[in-house]
Amino acid sequence: MIEFHLDSRSGVAPYQQLIQQVRQALRLGLLCEGDQLPTVKDVVGRLAINPNTVLKAYRELEYGGLVAARPGVGTFVTGTLGGGSIAAHGPLRQDLRRWLAKARRAGLDEESIEALFQTTFRASAEQDIA
Amino acid sequence: MTAAPEAAALEAPALETTGLGKRYGRKWALADCTLAIPAGHVAGLVGPNGAGKSTLLQLAVGLLRPTSGSIQVLGGRPAAGPGELAKVGFVAQDTPVYSALSVREHLRLGAWLNPRWDNALAERRIAALDLDRNQRAGRLSGGQRAQLALTLALAKRPELLILDEPVASLDPLARRDFLRLLMEAVAETGVSVVLSSHLVADLERVCDYLVVLAAAHVQVTGEVEDLLAAHVRLTGPRRDPAQLPAGQHVIEASHTDRQSTLIVRTDGPIHDPAWTVEQLSLEDLVLAYMSQAGRAERVRKASFRTGKSRSGMGVSR
Amino acid sequence: MIQLTWRQIRAQALVAYGLLAVIAVVLAITGPKVAHFYDAYVATCAAHSDCGTVQNAFLHYQHVVQAALGPILLVLPVLFGMFWGAPLIARELETGTFRLAWTQSLTRGRWLAVKLGLLGLAAMAAAGLLSLMVTWWFSPLDRMNLSRLTPGVFDERGIVPIGYAAFAFAFGVTAGVVIRRTVPAMAATIVAYVGARLAATYGIRPYLFAPLRITSALQLGGPNGPSPPGLGAPNPADWVLSSNTINAAGRVIGQNGAINMPGGNQGIGFQSGSNGISLGGVGRCPNIPASAKIRPGSNLGRSGALQTCIDRLGVRQELVYQPISRFWDYQWCELAIFLGAAAVLAAFCLWWVRRRLA
Repeated sequence: MIEFHLDSRSGVAPYQQLIQQVRQALRLGLLCEGDQLPTVKDVVGRLAINPNTVLKAYRELEYGGLVAARPGVGTFVTGTLGGGSIAAHGPLRQDLRRWLAKARRAGLDEESIEALFQTTFRASAEQDIA
Repeated sequence: MTAAPEAAALEAPALETTGLGKRYGRKWALADCTLAIPAGHVAGLVGPNGAGKSTLLQLAVGLLRPTSGSIQVLGGRPAAGPGELAKVGFVAQDTPVYSALSVREHLRLGAWLNPRWDNALAERRIAALDLDRNQRAGRLSGGQRAQLALTLALAKRPELLILDEPVASLDPLARRDFLRLLMEAVAETGVSVVLSSHLVADLERVCDYLVVLAAAHVQVTGEVEDLLAAHVRLTGPRRDPAQLPAGQHVIEASHTDRQSTLIVRTDGPIHDPAWTVEQLSLEDLVLAYMSQAGRAERVRKASFRTGKSRSGMGVSR
Repeated sequence: MIQLTWRQIRAQALVAYGLLAVIAVVLAITGPKVAHFYDAYVATCAAHSDCGTVQNAFLHYQHVVQAALGPILLVLPVLFGMFWGAPLIARELETGTFRLAWTQSLTRGRWLAVKLGLLGLAAMAAAGLLSLMVTWWFSPLDRMNLSRLTPGVFDERGIVPIGYAAFAFAFGVTAGVVIRRTVPAMAATIVAYVGARLAATYGIRPYLFAPLRITSALQLGGPNGPSPPGLGAPNPADWVLSSNTINAAGRVIGQNGAINMPGGNQGIGFQSGSNGISLGGVGRCPNIPASAKIRPGSNLGRSGALQTCIDRLGVRQELVYQPISRFWDYQWCELAIFLGAAAVLAAFCLWWVRRRLA
């Protein structure tokens, strides 16, 4: 069972944060198919947020095919996140390390590296959508 | 928790007022208040001290009678009879309890005076809160008293819970505990909530409906989601707010010699490329409306004063 | 609601009824002694010709208890008013607990009605019990000579204390509702209670029923003898309101068989004048010749002519009194008055709480 947390200063809507945390957990293998998500009551009892927020997040996850609600029982994980298995992470991580070393040798500082990554990432994501 | 939208629209609003006003002597604590808070929501009533929040809530539970206008709670007149009283739970400001009675005796008070009393729920809450049942209520801390008062209100199984500044005098930990308990109850029972506060940060977490009250008048009401979507901050080169297209209403404007920053309520998306459009936090939105109300109040008072001086009643300024 | 009311008043009720129990024990012990004293000595005093001393002794028998009972019964009703009545609503308003009490599932009217009814009945019952015990305890003494209708005795017997308690309690609640603060409400209750009791005792009670009047001739004593006794009521226990000397027209000209004279004196004064003897303050004696004079030692006094003068001038004694046979009429009337006032106050409270306190 995962536990949610909220970052009230991140500027991201609470229900979005919950969705992101479920997806992250799925990616990292903390949640597997068949696992139950915390009940709405448990989540709001821990975080002191409006139950509608949790319901909205769970509804969107269900709409995305990742979870399914069973009335009277709870909400359960039904799908996995595409994007390859954990096995693909290894070589990708190595490539990334090499690229970072190259960037540092080129003289970029931490902030510039991050800005470069963010802008390129967003631009390519928009291209994919368009 | 909520029914499908169509069904919810048919349910009577949790709290509905039409031109509601309350006057003490010559001062209007609440004036011309018209709103309709739908059921199945956690509604936040926010405003500065003395804005009329307490007055509105006490009118809703029948502790006060309106001077003008009308108010309906769950479709009926407040405190009209035992049935109406049983449907609404109330926690007053600074949570009064009988200091001579113990915690256990307060629960018995609830059982004796409420036909729908859920004793199991009450006992569970008290146990979870780690309250000593034999402790006299007068010796409880502020946070414990607030939790006891909330338990009493919840265990009578109301359809609507009205809380008057329940966390105002609590420390941050007690405040968080109170809200957690409250949200659990909402998730479990689907009870509608109207709570007032002058701390917007708390409301942002728990409320999905907002009412801003300032200078005894309602400034804005609506679903939090809709309000946040409809209000934006525009930053751009200096511009006269009156030149904005129709459908965009300025709430607050501040200018430097080069730049204008406007808080705007808009019916549709902003197309003008000269503006940088930013989302607002709930706190920014509330503050904008409160300062608008403050300005309107000052203008009203100034015109009242100049009106007086014109009639020869004295030199103003 | 009943259980809640009991729980909230529990401590005070236990004190009140506990004290009542203590008093009952004291009275149970001393009462039979009083009865025995009466039976043994006072009832037989005529046979032993020592009535004066025996009665005097009886009046002081158990004088501690005697002296204590009066004030207790006097003060008990106003204590109920102050400590049960005044805080009933005022305390809830002061501490804000009315915001808890009036948002449960019962209406304000019912809440108040139950409290008024329960506490009012409890106060009335306590007052009634105490009065019953005191009446029983005092009955031998009352039999002896005390008029049970006189103020100070009447209101500590029988059933009127029930009415006093009800009124004081109801007024206390009303004061608390209107003034909204406990201590001023307590003060107002004391003032109102004292005022009401004084008004009832001296302003209403004597005139509730038309008093009876009897008249008789005014007797002159002999020049060397003692004055004859004044007019007495038919029953020694009757409540004498006034004993006056009246003239032929019925106007009061003096008290207790004497005539008010100029200079502030009282007495029966015959004066010699140019046209005979006149009775001071009344008029000329019609049966005495104009040339008569009074001299010390003259035999006019012995002749009875002065007595005839008095009779002919129509000067008589008049006694205004209430007969003791009306004792229970009075009790029921006064009880009804105070209970009626209490009911009016209670209705007012209910109305005020429901209509005005919002």
